Amino acid sequence: MCLGIPGQLVEIVDLAEHRAIVDVDGVRREINIRLVAGGDTGSVEVGDWVLIHVGFAMSKIGEQEAAETLQYMRGLGDVYEQEMTDFKQEAQL
Amino acid sequence: MTDVVAGEHGGGDREEQVMQRIEEFRKRRPKLKDEFINSAHGAGGKASAALIDAVFLEAFRNKTLEGMSDGAVMELPSGERIAFSTDSFVVKPRRFPGGSIGHLAICGTVNDLSMMGARPQWISAAFVLEDGFSIVELREIVADMAEAAAEAGVMIVTGDTKVVNRGAADGCYITTAGVGVVPASVHLDSRSVKPGDKIIVSGKIGDHGVAVLIARGELNLEADIPSDTAPLNEMVEQLLEAAPGVRFLRDPTRGGVATVLNEMAKEAEVGVRIMEQAIPVRNVVNGACEILGIDPMYVANEGKLVAVVPPEEADAALAALRAHKYGADAAIIGEVTAEPPGIVVLQTGFGGTRIVDMLVGDPLPRIC
Amino acid sequence: MKYVDEFRDPAAAKLAIAKITERAAAGAPNGGPFKFMEVCGGHTHTIYKHGIENVLPPTVELVHGPGCPVCVIPMGRVDDAVAVAKTPNTIFTSFGDMMRVPGGKENLLEAKAQGADVRMVYSPLDALRIAEANPDKEVVFFAVGFETTAPSTAVTVLKARQRNVKNFSVFCNHVTIVPPLKAILESPDLRLHGFLGPGHVSTVIGNRPYRFVPAQYGLPLVTAGFEPLDILQSIEMLLKQINEGRCEVENQYTRAVSDEGNPRALAILQEVFELRPHFEWRGLGFISQSALKLNADYADFDAELRFAVPGIRVADPKACQCGEVLKGVIKPWECKVFGTACTPETPIGTCMVSSEGACAAYYNYGRFTKIPVKVGANAPA
Repeated sequence: MCLGIPGQLVEIVDLAEHRAIVDVDGVRREINIRLVAGGDTGSVEVGDWVLIHVGFAMSKIGEQEAAETLQYMRGLGDVYEQEMTDFKQEAQL
Repeated sequence: MTDVVAGEHGGGDREEQVMQRIEEFRKRRPKLKDEFINSAHGAGGKASAALIDAVFLEAFRNKTLEGMSDGAVMELPSGERIAFSTDSFVVKPRRFPGGSIGHLAICGTVNDLSMMGARPQWISAAFVLEDGFSIVELREIVADMAEAAAEAGVMIVTGDTKVVNRGAADGCYITTAGVGVVPASVHLDSRSVKPGDKIIVSGKIGDHGVAVLIARGELNLEADIPSDTAPLNEMVEQLLEAAPGVRFLRDPTRGGVATVLNEMAKEAEVGVRIMEQAIPVRNVVNGACEILGIDPMYVANEGKLVAVVPPEEADAALAALRAHKYGADAAIIGEVTAEPPGIVVLQTGFGGTRIVDMLVGDPLPRIC
Repeated sequence: MKYVDEFRDPAAAKLAIAKITERAAAGAPNGGPFKFMEVCGGHTHTIYKHGIENVLPPTVELVHGPGCPVCVIPMGRVDDAVAVAKTPNTIFTSFGDMMRVPGGKENLLEAKAQGADVRMVYSPLDALRIAEANPDKEVVFFAVGFETTAPSTAVTVLKARQRNVKNFSVFCNHVTIVPPLKAILESPDLRLHGFLGPGHVSTVIGNRPYRFVPAQYGLPLVTAGFEPLDILQSIEMLLKQINEGRCEVENQYTRAVSDEGNPRALAILQEVFELRPHFEWRGLGFISQSALKLNADYADFDAELRFAVPGIRVADPKACQCGEVLKGVIKPWECKVFGTACTPETPIGTCMVSSEGACAAYYNYGRFTKIPVKVGANAPA
């Protein structure tokens, strides 16, 4: 149940109404950011990457976590593997 | 090259038996079980094939029709061959970035004739107009047709107009038919395709279908994706001159490149193997397809062709296409194989393989 | 595409596959290959789309689970949807996925062909927009999906209330992921060694709800993303756990999933929905507390209260073996009607209905897991 696409927030149309524009490789659509924004913690801003599903942003995509995931993959079979694993587990705590 | 055996992953004999059963079942002509037409019948995939078979072929049975190409090629008493093709245009919205129903009406038929190797010359245009349709709009559509015809170098020589009640024609439906002469040296036939032949696509795919989907406005997407509607006859002539051994041409309209490849694989009883990484798609078209969950391989194109050429002429063919403005992004996407016959296999960018099957119905955007 | 292409890198894939092969070399304890189940339909789709199964070594097998919320909607519920769609003066909106799912007699696409105003939407908010643009018609949204999609329906309902939209209602068929997972784990024929957890459901519910899997059933679970590298890494992480004698819930999809999920989304779900006592799952039977409906505060948006739905239960055809496929007991091609009576054009059961149902995916993509290809001397390497 799972078609989620990463897209970049390029405009906040109306913060109160949670309307924003997201860009996916040049395609733009208005999406609703109520699930990721609004007052308290974890607000989003223009330039952030979010996961989009049926016209809603579901979560912010963590650039650092993405990089770590890729590093882990590329480090497989490499002497640094153990370090990467430790680093990743530490980051999750 | 590696030679790997089917069915290794899991079931052995029993699995192979099931696969055999399925393949035999698939080879049978698709059966028509519906009592009423639905949108799948117009999508260009299995449902369309079933309809054509069960209703039209059944009634009109003759050898030329059974050839089932984009159009028909007939021999005159003089020995010359003419090609004849027809198409109807019902697109909505009638105007979209990159073109209109008018451009499509001419280019669609011009291209069908070109795919048979003919030089398109004469076009007929029949209009079914709804009571209340704007004449200003009609003039615009007709101007587009004149523009496309001029570019293609064809003449609209005859036509017809009918008016129907309000609500009965969605504004304006156009049917065009076209005739052209096939030069004596040209023989294009899917059945002449051989293992080892290269498969070329003349440019980036998916533009038209996505442009129209976005232009309908229902999906609330915004993107700079114009339709690729264009007359290809000049490019085809240049291609045939540079690579006279071209076996087969077809334009990937409804149903997309995947459908053309599947049709060819079945008609010629050969396999097709294509490389995902080699298929040219604009980033923005890819983005739109990812959002909607549709595959660019199944999306309509109106200014592209698929060409199958002998391997020794592949470079010349590619160069000829790339030298033309409508073929600048032409690319070799794969080749014809002996096995497995009738099946189109895609090697993914990732190193895996999957089958590219015939479309079941309209490609619907998915969320899942 | 950023955050997509990097996770399809073939070079990194090769490293992952080598590691997986190394870790799985000893084979599973009972002697066969390691069998991991991916729960989510989106994972099934990725696996087939990228041909992942045939880059894995023979010591690792993927079993396709029941995580296709479209496939599990029983025929009777589709009949209810069609009945609502055929009500005069009604606009019935639905995701594309549901349009071809067969009911007892017909599907939504066929109903549309007969004149029902059925419209495909990409988002529930589009359905609300249609309602506001057509005040003289009743507009119904066919809500399907797991916890990934339910919050979007909930926000739409809240918006409808806030804007006082009277002609909008929801035909709610949202389901939850944990109950079918439990049902599978309870199956006596189960032979699995671990799970690939549903990545996008987890963006909402987090990783904690899966703790019962290692705790009560002794099987590891790794929450996985949807690109090929995500799936490979998750398999590698499962094997690593097994190699190291661990058994826990791990998160591979760290860039989108946090342990606690999305508190905002969870709160909105609480606000609008409640659990149904039980709900029928095609192929799995009745499962308690596995589906959502609008709670009393939002009952005025419940289509089942606004319309007279037949509510008739339609049993699956006897020949259908979907239940066994869904639980991983048999493979698609082992089903007696696979490929003959049951095909993507004429689906009998849930596994063939949606393009990621295990059977449809296998039929369309995976029929030849490895293909005999004889290429000429001039072929590219």
